[in-house]
Amino acid sequence: MKAKVTVMPKKSVLDPQGVAVRDAMRHHGLPDVKSVRIGKFMEIEVEAADEGKLHEICRDLLSNPVIEDYELQVEA
Amino acid sequence: MKAAVIRFPGSNCDQDCYHVLKNDFGLETEYVWHKEASVEQFDLIVLPGGFSYGDYLRCGAIARFSPVMRSVAAEAERGKLVMGICNGFQILCEARLLPGALIRNNSLHFVCEHVFARLENMETAFSHAEVAKSDGKLLTARTGLLLRMPVAHGEGNYVADPETLRDLERNKQIVFRYSDARGAITDGANPNGSADNIAGIVNRTGNVFGLMPHPERACDPLLGSEDGKLIFQSVIESAGKKTKVSSPISKRN
Repeated sequence: MKAKVTVMPKKSVLDPQGVAVRDAMRHHGLPDVKSVRIGKFMEIEVEAADEGKLHEICRDLLSNPVIEDYELQVEA
Repeated sequence: MKAAVIRFPGSNCDQDCYHVLKNDFGLETEYVWHKEASVEQFDLIVLPGGFSYGDYLRCGAIARFSPVMRSVAAEAERGKLVMGICNGFQILCEARLLPGALIRNNSLHFVCEHVFARLENMETAFSHAEVAKSDGKLLTARTGLLLRMPVAHGEGNYVADPETLRDLERNKQIVFRYSDARGAITDGANPNGSADNIAGIVNRTGNVFGLMPHPERACDPLLGSEDGKLIFQSVIESAGKKTKVSSPISKRN
């Protein structure tokens, strides 16, 4: 089975990369772009999924709750 | 009294820290590989700078789970002095031994330059001492004292939620702030966008210290500054006192 994890910077945390990419997009002919936020996407393959354990790992390792939120999707 | 310099795969300031502790301050010092289970026998634990685990995932995110970190956390809990420099600071934040986190510099550039760190709290175990420079002049801790030290990092932008920042201020946990040469805390003097120009903090109990500037690269006139000596002098004096105070207890145990 597969698990997909999306990690995004918290709304309250400035994302310097996102700001730089937003500015670059404006220079590339999209002056209306309001904001860009850059996170991480991880594809995980596991034999059997203990969803509780996956959440624990998302919280402790794959994201840092001080600055990031994560979303976990488990596919059968 | 004995100091440990922890080595993670990717640490690269370990030899500088070892050199300062051992040769400049004459302290018995050992390297401790990150796979070791215990740092119990040490009185002072230093997490050096570098790029542990290639900064994969987030800076310090993987190092935080190294076997030795369990013992570092236990010793910190017991009140032992722990100091994290640069990547060491990032690891201590990831390990939740210090509040907040260090994210990408707001400029997106790796900054490598000398900065001024203004001493905000001269009463911590890491920032209270007086030390002689090689020309004989004394460097004495006082609030507002400027230490000139190098920074070299891509992720030194200190962030924390507003409540944590208020707590840091209220509990006098902010030890250093980036300032200009006159001691003014300005945006221009902030090399990475850190909240409130924060360059170094201690935990609530004052025994765990993290900072982005490199005091170990500022302990020799050849390197352009000796201001980092004040930090090492302070922490070594503090560790010495703790050792004396706690030794009767450890004998009983």
